[in-house]
Amino acid sequence: MSGTGSRGTGQDPALLRRLLRAKDRMDAASHEDWPVPRLARVSGVSEAHFARSFKEAFGVPPHRYLLTRRIERAKALLRDTELPVTEVAFATGWNSLGTFGRTFRDVTGESPGELRARERAASHRLDQVPPCFLSAAHRPDLTIAVSEKRRQEADDRVPGSQQTEVP
Amino acid sequence: MSQGVGVVGLYVRDQDEALQFYVEKLGFRVHTDVRNGDYRWLTVQHPEQPSFQLGLFTPQAPMVDAATAQTLREAVAKGAMPPLVLDVDDCRAAYDRMRARGVEFTQEPIERYGAVDASFRDPSGNGWKMIQPRRGS
Repeated sequence: MSGTGSRGTGQDPALLRRLLRAKDRMDAASHEDWPVPRLARVSGVSEAHFARSFKEAFGVPPHRYLLTRRIERAKALLRDTELPVTEVAFATGWNSLGTFGRTFRDVTGESPGELRARERAASHRLDQVPPCFLSAAHRPDLTIAVSEKRRQEADDRVPGSQQTEVP
Repeated sequence: MSQGVGVVGLYVRDQDEALQFYVEKLGFRVHTDVRNGDYRWLTVQHPEQPSFQLGLFTPQAPMVDAATAQTLREAVAKGAMPPLVLDVDDCRAAYDRMRARGVEFTQEPIERYGAVDASFRDPSGNGWKMIQPRRGS
């Protein structure tokens, strides 16, 4: 996970500024679908170059970046609203409750319901930080693909060992 | 004199472009604009905040080496510089006014816990939150 990204990427700042626009658009509407052609149009980059340029610039492929934003927003809705989990799923861009629950657990290590219960139980003293920055700080740091994360966790589960509920 | 923070600088990709943005689109005033060879010390000021200057600087030699300057230009263009917050009385009115002048907003005004915030970027990529505080805070 280290080794790349600490040096300048050598990308043209003008291109980076346009790629940032695609990232901003996903931030603003993470519940919408963001296929590569749409993102490439926002950045004024060819579809063939977009995904690679985006990953080089921001360290993650565009679809995974979108996933982190959706999970971040789902966490905020679970924490701050009374919306049922089903509605949180649809509000954050998932078409299926099952996919949402599975992905959420894979990324965060707990189910949407568990996260809500835990957040409710904890008291927060974060009143002095603007809420917009707080939510960014709670964004999952998804440095590997969800499928890879699943695989690693499956490997960690040694048969017979006890699995703790919350890491 | 009053003690405290006097100048905080931003890195921008082009000082002329930044000057135009902060003055014409955001309503800041030029405080200092002095050149010495290739170097230009440029600061602007919010009209209601005379004790604070916002510096608009380019990453350039001899302050930093050429490779570092390039890295900084990339970081700015990627929106990787630290958060900036502009306090306003009326976020929605400011949003309408600034948007009409062509400011690139990245988030429309949203009310959260009684405060209203919106986001915009300067042409270089520096990200601003514009916040209307909750009444009474």
